[in-house]
Parts: sequence; structure tokens; C-alpha cells
Amino acid sequence: MFLMATLAVLVTMGLTLVRALVGPTTFDRVLAVNTFGTVTVLLISVLGFLIGRPDFLDLALVYALINFIGTIAVLKFLKFRDLGTPGSDSLAEEE
Amino acid sequence: MTKTLLHAISLGILLALVWLGLSGFFEPLLLGLGFLSCVAVVLIALRMDVVDHEGHPIHLGWRIVTYWIWLIWEIVKSNVEVARRILHPALPIAPCMIRVKATQDSELGHVIYANSITLTPGTVSIVVEDGTILVHAIAREMADDLETGEMDRRVTAVETRPSRQSGEA
Amino acid sequence: MALVLDILSWVFLGLGAAFLVIGGIGILRFPDLYARMHAAGIIDTLGSALILIGLAFQAGLTLVTLKLLLILLFVQFTSPTATYALANAAYRSGFAPLLSSKDDEPSKP
Repeated sequence: MFLMATLAVLVTMGLTLVRALVGPTTFDRVLAVNTFGTVTVLLISVLGFLIGRPDFLDLALVYALINFIGTIAVLKFLKFRDLGTPGSDSLAEEE
Repeated sequence: MTKTLLHAISLGILLALVWLGLSGFFEPLLLGLGFLSCVAVVLIALRMDVVDHEGHPIHLGWRIVTYWIWLIWEIVKSNVEVARRILHPALPIAPCMIRVKATQDSELGHVIYANSITLTPGTVSIVVEDGTILVHAIAREMADDLETGEMDRRVTAVETRPSRQSGEA
Repeated sequence: MALVLDILSWVFLGLGAAFLVIGGIGILRFPDLYARMHAAGIIDTLGSALILIGLAFQAGLTLVTLKLLLILLFVQFTSPTATYALANAAYRSGFAPLLSSKDDEPSKP
């Protein structure tokens, strides 16, 4: 049963990876990579159960955190070409 | 000031619970170290000035939980609807953009509403400003669902204290 | 009792797997960025939730379940924020969505 779930997760990863490679825009790629990250969290969790080591969940938790921060960082970089720009307020008044 | 203290205490309790749940250790030394790290995090958060009603909304109380239960059902329904459209051979989608009013008083309310819109597949909030939210919907029906304003009403109800409004705030 | 939990967890895992693959197909099939966000939303909300709840049924009442629920809560809290950041950045950089009829577009802010 875990094997089936793992396979489904892997298939989904393949599908999102195709979208990340095809694009066409940068935002499409960011969206695909973000989803890929969510699915990776699921893969780590399911894999932990499949091979009987639930301690993998700690990795999944940390990966979920990194995935979110990473997506936001990439988007911020796309917008400002710089990660040092302070504050979310500048995001609103930019334009 | 006392409100900040209250938020700091509840943040500390939350951190301690998470620490206990994640570590699973119950020896005195490790418990002491965990306690110290919780205190350190609370102090740093206080210095960063992020301990307030937005980062740590305890004032919402149980109303947010009943709202979540309603929201989960909405999420399931719209998930099935979007999944059906994906699997349909003809791909019956008709994307449209609408503007909906957000009648909440605080920014926190706007955030809850906009995130709820995004959480239900079929609608994604794109721009939040001046009490309105620009929404992209995958089909006209999903936009119509949102325009009935039921979700907006429920989020506003979560935010406003039902009975004793004169007491505080 | 254990059998009931097993069956429940299989149902959840199977449904979750189905929704994951459907979301993946949607990301490939939908015509433009904003439509693809809805497909990604399926994976982020129901797909991940069903898989994690199915695993929680296997783990029973242990710290493992607590961790699974923490992951679930965290994914559900962050995914709309990330999607909003993405949609907002795309929209503000002038990336126009594909609409079914032109008159639907509201006036630009």
C-alpha cells in the first residue's frame, strides 16, 4: 500500500518536473518547483513508512520549512534582483 | 504591555509543546535545555517586536476552529469540482477575474479571507488592497459561489467578538 | 479495530494518491499560469492532507502522528501564502491571465 502511494508521489513529481522543464515562463517554473517541493515532503513521509523508519518525518518537517522559505526567496529575487531589500512594505508600495 | 506579556506567555507555551512533541525526550537535562531554548526564542521574538495579535492571534479563540471545519468541507467540495474539470476530456474551464469585497476590519481578517480563497482550488486571490480582493477563478460557477459572500461573512464573524464588545478593544 | 484503521488508512492513501496524480495532470494540461495554480492547489490541499492523514492512521496515537499533523498544518498554512506571493508577483509584473471572454476583466488598479 505504501508502495502504491510512493509510486503515485513519484509520478506526480515527474509530471511537475516536466512542467518545470517546459516552462514557458519563469513563474510557471517557480510554481512547478514549489509544488515539487510539497510533493517531496510527501515522498519523504511515505518513504519513512515504507522502509519502517518514521524518524524521516523530522526531515520532512524541515523540508517543508525550507521549501516555503525557498519559494519566497526566489520570488523576492525575481522582483528585486536583490535579497537584501528590507520589509514586505516595500513590496506593496513598489510599482 | 500586558497584552504583549500574554502573547509572549502563550507563544512560550506553544513552543514548549512543539518542542516536547518533536523531541520525545523526557529526561531532566534535555527538558532543561528545551526550556532554555524556548525562553531564548521568546526573548528574540520580543526583541524583533513580532509578538502581537497578528503573529499570535489567540484572541480569535474557538471561533477559528469552527470556521476551519466549515472551510475543510468547502475545500473538499471545490477540490472534487476542479479534479472533475481536469479529467474531463474537453477541459471545460472558462477562467475569469472578479473583484470581491473584504468586509473585515483588520489586516489579519483580510489575510484569513484571502488565504481561504486561495486554499479552495478553483479560486486564487491575486491582489489584496483597499478592502477588495482580485480573484482569478477557473470557471464562472466558482466565481459565482464566491460572490454570494458567504465566506466573507463567516470570516468577519470569526474576527468580531460575538457578545461582550464593550468590555475591551 | 486494527483492520478498520487499516482500511481507513488505505482509503485515505488511495484517494490522496489519486488527487496527487490528478493535480499533476492538471499542471500539465491547463493552458496558462493562473489556471495551473488551481491544479497545484489540489496537490497542496487535498492531496497532501489525504496522504498525511492516511499515514497518521497507520501510526496510531503516537508522537509520529503529532509530527504528521504538524507537517499537515504547516503545509496548509504556507501553501496559500506562497501561491499568493507567486500570483501577485506574476500579476504585478504585467503577466496577463488568459480569460474566456475579454469583458470579464476588471479595470486595472
